[in-house]
Amino acid sequence: MADSITAEPGPADVDTRPTGEPLLVLDHVDKHFGALHVLKDVNLTVHRGEVVVVIGPSGSGKSTLCRTINRLETIDSGTITIDGRPLPAEGRELARLRADVGMVFQSFNLFAHKTVLENVTLGQVKAKGVKPATAKATAMELLERVGVANQAQKRPAQLSGGQQQRVAIARALAMKPKAMLFDEPTSALDPEMINEVLDVMVSLARDGMTMVVVTHEMGFARRAAHRVVFMDAGQIVEEAEPETFFTAPRSDRAKDFLSKILTH
Amino acid sequence: MDEGYLDQFVSLFDQYDVLGAFWVNIQLTAYAAVLALVIGTVLAVMRISPVPSLRWAGTTYVTLLRNTPLTIIIVFCVLGLWGQLGITLSSDFQTNFFRLAVLGLAVYHAAFVCEALRSGVNTVPVGQAEAARAIGLGFWPAARLVILPQAFRGAVAPLGNVLIALIKNSTVAAAGSVAETSGLMKTMIEFRPDVILAVFLTFAIGYVIIVVPVGLATTSLSRRLAVAR
Repeated sequence: MADSITAEPGPADVDTRPTGEPLLVLDHVDKHFGALHVLKDVNLTVHRGEVVVVIGPSGSGKSTLCRTINRLETIDSGTITIDGRPLPAEGRELARLRADVGMVFQSFNLFAHKTVLENVTLGQVKAKGVKPATAKATAMELLERVGVANQAQKRPAQLSGGQQQRVAIARALAMKPKAMLFDEPTSALDPEMINEVLDVMVSLARDGMTMVVVTHEMGFARRAAHRVVFMDAGQIVEEAEPETFFTAPRSDRAKDFLSKILTH
Repeated sequence: MDEGYLDQFVSLFDQYDVLGAFWVNIQLTAYAAVLALVIGTVLAVMRISPVPSLRWAGTTYVTLLRNTPLTIIIVFCVLGLWGQLGITLSSDFQTNFFRLAVLGLAVYHAAFVCEALRSGVNTVPVGQAEAARAIGLGFWPAARLVILPQAFRGAVAPLGNVLIALIKNSTVAAAGSVAETSGLMKTMIEFRPDVILAVFLTFAIGYVIIVVPVGLATTSLSRRLAVAR
């Protein structure tokens, strides 16, 4: 299993951030959507403190991969372990484990009937049993950190996309997760708002958060990732540290993909 | 319309307690509405739950009750529950019939409340449920805190329709021996055929006065409560 990992995270000359023991481990994961084989024998290990960027053409299974990690998608075979514990099928155990893995969606998915502040306190109070006053303090601190504290009393629909996505990041962080999953977090944003979200993500990465990021933002991959995972047709085709991947991709499919996206 | 007819008409109100009869229907409606909302919400949660047997039970309830004539349900409540099974909901004779009728109305309309709520659930994007699950909420907390509050807001207009149907259907309680408007109208037509048109118009206008504001209120409420996305 361990030998299927082709790239070691973060070489020291490029990036000196420490990464630790394996935190997220996907082992021989397979998944079908009906006749479509969306994940084919996927093996991936993400170490503590590591930032992994998953890229690939649409339909390559990268979003599905991201969603299987907190079981928003079930898998057909293989195992997924989080911090040494296998992902439970359902029930309270699963809910607890999900709280350990923060998720940021392409479409933000803020709770539309609650204020920004309530969005960030809800999970703390209802899933973790944190006292409301403590939860509120944590929430304000996080909203401050992502730069939207002054919007705390507004409803999500009153915020710009970039602000909403930053609130969504704060909401996920409020659960004090061991790792964060980002499923194309900037794909639904207007161009001028992409950077405000990426900046928050970069600062998270600098603080040592373990992150799996599905994105088309090559700049982010270069700035913050330890490792780039390239997927195509449900398979992990290539893994490398960002500079190597972008300048000298090994596989033809990766070369083809990069030639299409990096020409403009 | 000559003055004599008008006097005859006015005398109806001295002879019969028309307002009292309407009040009975309003009470039937109010109690049945609350009970139907509770049962209907439980059914809706069952129908969207991840547990197959609960979904099946909820679907079966809705399918059966929705297609059963209300008169049969009300008559069953009185003749079946009380007459045969001896179930009494009050030691007072009149109150017992009233409560049995409320039960019948509630059980029937709960099926429609359930479907109205499910239409409301469909207005909630699936991402809301995914986000709730992703922060570690189980099915019940996610339903209670995230899905249902938004579903209710999206279901105000269809729920208003159910309420209006319930107001009118409350007259079927006459079949369960409850003294209310349709029973009174029958009596009045029988004993005062001289003003039969006025009797009919009295009840028709009475229901218009009750139903139109409910319709207007639910429409404006559904606009005001709509979740901005």
